Amino acid sequence: MSTNIDHIKEEHHHQPSGLMRWITTTNHKDIGSLYLWFSLLMFFIGGFMALIIRAELFQPGLQLVVPGFFNQMTTMHALIMIFGALMPAFVGLANWQLPMMIGAPDMALPRLNNWSFWILPFAFAMLISTLFFESGGPAAGWTLYPPLSLQGGNSMPFVIFSLHLLGASSILGAINVIATILNMRAPGMTLMKMPIFVWTWLITAFLLIAAMPVLAGAITMLLTDRFYGTSFFTAAGGGDPVLFQHIFWFFGHPEVYILILPAFGIISTIIPAFSRKKLFGYDSMVYATASIALLSFIVWAHHMFTVGMPLAGEIFFMFTTMLIAVPTGVKVFNWVATMWKGSMTFETPMLFSLAFIILFTIGGFSGLMLAITPADFQYHDTYFVVAHFHYVLVPGAIFAVIAAVYYWLPKWTGKMYNETLGKVHFWMTTVFVNITFFPMHFVGLAGMPRRIPDYAVQFTDFNMIASVGAFGFGLSQLLFVYILFQTLRQPVTAADKSWEGAEGLEWTLPSPAPYHSFDTPPKVD
Amino acid sequence: MNRLSILLIIMMSSVSSFADWEVNMPRGVSPTANAAYDLHMLIFYITVVIGIIVFGVMFYSIFHHRKSKGAKPASFHESTTVEIIWTVIPFVILVGMAVPATKTLIMMEDTRDSEITLKVTGYQWMWKYDYVEDNVSFFSKLDNKSNEARQLGSKIDVNKVDNYLLNVDNEVVLPTDTKVRILLTASDVIHAWWVPEITGKKDAIPGYINELWVDIKKPGVYRGQCTELCGKDHGFMPIVVRAVPRQEYVKWVSLNQKNRVADKSE
Repeated sequence: MSTNIDHIKEEHHHQPSGLMRWITTTNHKDIGSLYLWFSLLMFFIGGFMALIIRAELFQPGLQLVVPGFFNQMTTMHALIMIFGALMPAFVGLANWQLPMMIGAPDMALPRLNNWSFWILPFAFAMLISTLFFESGGPAAGWTLYPPLSLQGGNSMPFVIFSLHLLGASSILGAINVIATILNMRAPGMTLMKMPIFVWTWLITAFLLIAAMPVLAGAITMLLTDRFYGTSFFTAAGGGDPVLFQHIFWFFGHPEVYILILPAFGIISTIIPAFSRKKLFGYDSMVYATASIALLSFIVWAHHMFTVGMPLAGEIFFMFTTMLIAVPTGVKVFNWVATMWKGSMTFETPMLFSLAFIILFTIGGFSGLMLAITPADFQYHDTYFVVAHFHYVLVPGAIFAVIAAVYYWLPKWTGKMYNETLGKVHFWMTTVFVNITFFPMHFVGLAGMPRRIPDYAVQFTDFNMIASVGAFGFGLSQLLFVYILFQTLRQPVTAADKSWEGAEGLEWTLPSPAPYHSFDTPPKVD
Repeated sequence: MNRLSILLIIMMSSVSSFADWEVNMPRGVSPTANAAYDLHMLIFYITVVIGIIVFGVMFYSIFHHRKSKGAKPASFHESTTVEIIWTVIPFVILVGMAVPATKTLIMMEDTRDSEITLKVTGYQWMWKYDYVEDNVSFFSKLDNKSNEARQLGSKIDVNKVDNYLLNVDNEVVLPTDTKVRILLTASDVIHAWWVPEITGKKDAIPGYINELWVDIKKPGVYRGQCTELCGKDHGFMPIVVRAVPRQEYVKWVSLNQKNRVADKSE
């Protein structure tokens, strides 16, 4: 092992050290780590905002913040969690894993890789700085619906420019992922032999390239409406406020799958590893992922059933949305079939993956309910929707990221985390996530609208429970950080193949993996 | 036995005193709200059954196919037949959901043959109501008591405020057993008009006129709220609909027509 480390040092003696090493790095592992640490930081900033929201909602009446600031918190919480915590986390995992999984030395476009990360800190510094403006940060919701978003203060151009930067960063990252996967696979690794995580990321990258420019277009039109006298979205000037919603959700729905497809890839990697059995229905998993991606471009208007579309439009979007249940169902059934007659053990990554399957499926069920247009007229913009998308994003996407970190941490660092603490982290997280988000179904059905800082007294009890859960969830994540640092302080002891049932090229490398993963490509049969 | 019945009574009474623990959508008082409720319950029960089956199989596997119980992994990893079956079955179930959903949707969107028309205009942060045929028109906003209590640091116990945040100065009055067409628009930003027990919501959008219809079957007071983020006081623009029998409505109209005309002449 030590020879391995010497080897790394020798090979890279010309590299700058200290801060400059991280600023100038073109190495996929360094950049992957940057992405992951950045994502963790954003997760805590966005989480802190969520706790401000939950503290205010602990009881009816306004105790802590004024409504305007409350709206800034809901808006920023969403923007930071989506663009700052989740997307960078998945890009970080892609950076670490893709070259190792396909037998490549690094990503195809290393300088582009550096650039796509280093855009992020600037974009978020600008976004978060708007909170300190006299007129405050953005308060029209992360969806930025005009005409309300056009009423915003000075923050608006800064928010839009930072979203442009984030979009550029994502597109550069996606180009890199596609170039890497299509050009740098080990000899013999045909497309249908690629690890499933690689497949999900390839499809996600295409979604990013298709969706992000649409967002850029929509927000640029907002900008010209506000500052250059156009009226794309202003009714008084002949524009159409609903047009923005159509364009936004044409980006927004693929965006949702950008956040969940790589998570599917992670779960499809971890479940077979701890079931000691090959993934059931690899081919149908690939086809299901591709179908979900294609469907994501023809379902967007289910986010806006209440805008008064023609009946034919409502029926079309209801049917296409319901169709998504088919490929998603295939995935869940395949996971269950993978476990069936396996030989399972329940280490932390597996526990998070099992919780993912159950809780994500619950979020899928509420998604199916929301797809039913006549019922959606009742659910729309209530806490039922908040419960739904938090179920698919928190015990969905975030659980997958956490599972991936526990699963690959020994490969990245050569060090094993403390299994007992990992399990404690899992149980605390899973219990609190349900205490937080399950009651939101109830208050939503009972009639509590979302995005309100204060509520009628009959919603008090479940809101109190949700707030308690939220603080518990937040505290549990401090344990996660503790586990990470405790692991990093240990000596290198992890085996090359850290898990008995793990499969894939990354486990043929030493732990920690060498700086340039594969100097000579491995042969895959 | 005695003790048990006492315990039961205590439990029952505590359940009723916690009527606030409402976990489900309220049953409606109009055909559209009832249809939404029925559909909601139908889909919910279907998902519960699917959930029990899928999670049941999963937990069986978790308990029986674990290494600590000496389970040896099988080697199967695909079966075209099985995969086709679990693609087709969900599809069939979805068709079964889509049929009633589409019927309900067509019923909900049919605003023909309405007897009166109510125009609702969203403002930041109040509603304006125009009774198109009956020439009555007024603004409706959060009542003063709630408005005082909701201020940051008001020190007023909101639990003691009558219908906190769900009370208005001027109620909408609608006749029961009458098909009422509701037209929705807005003057500044997008709002959404929602009274769960009588109808699902629809957006009130500047430059648009959207349509809804209601036919309230039971007299009573029904409360709702704006449900599209419309700025800082989005949470403070409630809706109150008082449904009264036809004759009473006619009386209310004649009274208010006069009042408004008198107001104008002042």
